Order: sequence, then structure tokens, then C-alpha cells
Amino acid sequence: MKVFVDATKCSGYGACAELAPNLFELDEWGYAAVIGDGVPSDEAAARRAAAACPELAITIEE
Amino acid sequence: MVTTATQHRLLTPGPLDLAAELERGAYSPPACDDVIAELEAAGLRGRGGAGFPASVKWRTVADASGPRVVVANGEEGEPSSRKDRWLLLNRPHLVLDGLLLAARTIGADRAVVYLSHEETVTAMREAIAELPVPGLVPEVHVVEPTYVAGEETAACRSISGGPALPTARPPRVCDSGVDGRPTLVSNVETLAHAAWISRNGAAAYRESGTAGSPGTTLVTLTGACAAPGVYEVPFGLTVAELFEVAGGFTGAPAGFVMGGWFGGLLGPAHASTVCTYEAVRAAGSGFGCGAITALAPGTDPLTVAAEITAWYAAESAQQCGACLKGTAAIRDAFAALRDGTASDTDRHNLERWGRTLPGRGACAFLDGAAGWARTVHDEFPDHFGR
Repeated sequence: MKVFVDATKCSGYGACAELAPNLFELDEWGYAAVIGDGVPSDEAAARRAAAACPELAITIEE
Repeated sequence: MVTTATQHRLLTPGPLDLAAELERGAYSPPACDDVIAELEAAGLRGRGGAGFPASVKWRTVADASGPRVVVANGEEGEPSSRKDRWLLLNRPHLVLDGLLLAARTIGADRAVVYLSHEETVTAMREAIAELPVPGLVPEVHVVEPTYVAGEETAACRSISGGPALPTARPPRVCDSGVDGRPTLVSNVETLAHAAWISRNGAAAYRESGTAGSPGTTLVTLTGACAAPGVYEVPFGLTVAELFEVAGGFTGAPAGFVMGGWFGGLLGPAHASTVCTYEAVRAAGSGFGCGAITALAPGTDPLTVAAEITAWYAAESAQQCGACLKGTAAIRDAFAALRDGTASDTDRHNLERWGRTLPGRGACAFLDGAAGWARTVHDEFPDHFGR
């Protein structure tokens, strides 16, 4: 599994970093990016984060 | 191994018309059986700025299923580069030969020349009108000149009828580009070299350049030199040797704006840096599209950084929050450094943004602005700390 954030859609809600703090980090303005190569250690948390994003900015490639 | 014999392959004293190009072998069948294998053996790397192996891109699209598209990217949004325009105006049939070669090789049934400068549009339309071969006729697609319009996802989006703005990856354009079809987007100089390789072979291509950066390249040399302009050089010369081709420095340069405005600012000691993709990257910058500006003696690097990062902030497509905020923050911090009003927090922030912001936008535009923070911090510590 690999996770991507569409930076054009991210509006800085920050839900992803709350739900999967090992996979997403926020910059100082609150915009999200994946940590490292985007391969999650906790796939369930990655799915929860993708589902919680109000902008549907998170893509999961199985 | 560096060969300095500068037998020009692309550069000519003036424009070549169709008859002259036909004499040089344009539009004749390739001399090699397997074009992609020949590009791989030649080690041709993309000349739009990324330096990605051309054979890998071509093969990925050739292996894709369904109708395919090839795009010759001549948008040249890099402010200090002129080499693509030179090629389109003076060797339009060499570019078209490369484009049609790519279309045949990857099995594309649609070929597009992607342009933004009026004179190149005229030149390419005239060349297409006199194409001496039957079959696929390339289209010309014109966009407003902006920096990000030249990015490959922006090109595909524009040709598909949308705005010339980048999109997030995935999908990559080789999987889903123009109208969702697998698309090869190739810089016009890359296509010109591909045409040359198909006629002359990989071994001849490797007679210039180095093992890792083989062949010759067009460069745009500007700033403190006697004869600024577009030149063709083998990879492997030092920055100073490159500028010798442009009449030499007019004074000891204060630094070098590398790789267009995308590679940040290197210090004067980099006159001895070797111009290959690997060596310029190891120096903390990037060879990019081969545009190098030598700063005149006495130029304040912070003034240059403030001007160019202000341009970045103004030119951001403002699609990505991190780019909108990040380019503005870098601009403001450099303006404060230039004006002598910077705090330690400004310096600390710049140093951090240089490390943390690359990769955070949908395209690499933000990486370019962050590169200015990183290189000015690393290369000009005395100025940075003043």
C-alpha cells in the first residue's frame, strides 16, 4: 500500500495527522504531506485518515 | 573521460531550411533497428530540466495499452533559458523529425507541439505545413507563457482543454496524460538529440560528454560574460570552460545562478565545478535546462535571492497551500535579510524551509524557491549571517 496527498486539494484540516501521526506530518501552515515513502506501517489508520479528509485529498494505491 | 571536441550536432550558424535538413538525413528511416535500445545505449537524458533517462520514458509509454499521445514540449518557462526557442526557430524540422520518430516508436496516433512564444508558433506552423512525409501531422497547441505551464502535467491538462496548471501525481502522464491517454511529454531538445541518435547511433553520441552525462547539450549562458547566448557544449566542461565558449567572464563572478532559476545560487568557487548532472547535483544545485547566469563582480547575493524569490511568490500558481504560503514566506525572509532587518528567527526559518519544503507541492515549483533558501544559506554564510 502507498499513500499520496494531493497538495492542490489539502486545505489544512489536519485530520490525517491526528489519525495517522506516523504517516502524515503538517507544515507550519497546517498543510499535510506523507512522511518518507508513504508506505504505511498501520494500513487501517491510513484508511481512516483517507476517509476522514474533508477535501478527499488522500489517495491510497493498494 | 571528457571529449572537448565541439562538433556541433544541434547548433548551426543560422536556420536550416527543409532542403538543408533533408540533406542531413531528416525524415529518413532510423539507421538503427530498435530506437529505444539505441537511446538507452546512448544514455540520452531529458533536457527539460529533470535529466530523466529518455529511454525509460519512451519505453513506459510504448508498453502502455490503448491509444497514445506524444507531446514536444517547447514552452520554455524558465526565465533565463533561450535554447528551446533557438532550436524551434532554427531547427524546426529536426524537432519535428524527433517528434515523428517518437510517435512511430511508441505507437502514438497523436502528436502535439506545445508552445507559448509567438515566434516559435509561426516557425513550427510553417515547418509542419511543408512536412515532406505522409501520415501523422502534428498539432500546435499554444499557451500563455508561465513557469508552471511547462510542467508535464500542466501541458497535458492544457492540451486536454483545461488550464495550464500542474496536477498531483499519481497519475503520471505516462499512464494518464492528454485526454487520459498514456502520454510521452518530451522537451524539444531531447527530441532533437533522439533524431540525431537515430541517424548516427549511440556510439557516435557518446564520443562527447562523460559516462554518466553523455553527449552534448545546449546551454544558455548569460550575465557577466563577453558574449551571452545559446551554445552547444559537451557535458564535462567546468563552469569556467563553459563561459570561455561565451567569450569568457568580464570580471570575477560573484556567483552563479544555476540550472535556470531552479538550481539556486552557487558561490564563485564553483567556476571549477564540472557541468554534468551528477557533479552539479553533488554541488547542491542542479544542471536543469543548462541555463547559467554569472553574477557580475560585486553583486550582492541577497539582493539577487530577494528578487528571484519575489518572482517565485508572484509566479506560484497558488494551487497548493504549502506553495502559496511557502514562497511568500521565503520571499519575505530574503527581503528582510537584504534590507538588514532580518531576525535570527528569519534565518532559522529560511534554513529549515530549505530542507523541509521540497516535495510538498504538486509540482516542483516550491522546491525551486526552497533551493534558494538552502543554497544561499550553504554557499554564502557570511552574507546569510549579516
